[in-house]
Amino acid sequence: MYYVVTIATLVTMGLALLRAVLGPSVYDRVLAVNMFGTKTVLLLSVIAFLYGRPDFLDLALAYALINFIGVLAVLEFFRSRSLRRRTEHNEGR
Amino acid sequence: MDVLLDTLSWVLLTLGGLSVLIGGIGALRMPDLYTRMHAASVTDSLGAILVLVGIMLQAGWSLATIKLIAILLFLLMTSPTSSNALASAALLAGTRPFAETLQEREESK
Repeated sequence: MYYVVTIATLVTMGLALLRAVLGPSVYDRVLAVNMFGTKTVLLLSVIAFLYGRPDFLDLALAYALINFIGVLAVLEFFRSRSLRRRTEHNEGR
Repeated sequence: MDVLLDTLSWVLLTLGGLSVLIGGIGALRMPDLYTRMHAASVTDSLGAILVLVGIMLQAGWSLATIKLIAILLFLLMTSPTSSNALASAALLAGTRPFAETLQEREESK
């Protein structure tokens, strides 16, 4: 029965990757990558029990931390870039 | 009692897998960024809760359950935060909601 959740998570990760490739704006890509990260955490914790190796839960915990910090860092980068571009645009006028 | 817990955990795991899948399809098919975020973030938290609680029922009282609770708490704290940061960054950059642009398109006809 773990297989059902594993396959559903894998398919969703594929869909998220597709959205990251298609995504018209940068934010769509960030959303897709964030979703991919959350699904990775779920997949790791399911696989830990699928193969009977609870050590994998530590990996899931570490991945959750890294994913959150990564998404916030990328967003901060794009936000400051768009702000800077806007002020430059206003000054140029 | 064991059969009951097993059944409950399978039901939770299946529902969790289903909602994760629905979130993935929604994130792919919705028309603009904000609706995609709605599909992704709502089912993200719901799917995570269902799957992790389902696994917790299988694990019983052990160290694994405590780790799972930590993962769940962390996901529940970070997922809305990153959704909020994403939406505010997109709004600040000038991405507009689909309903607004749709309304203007109707009016300009």
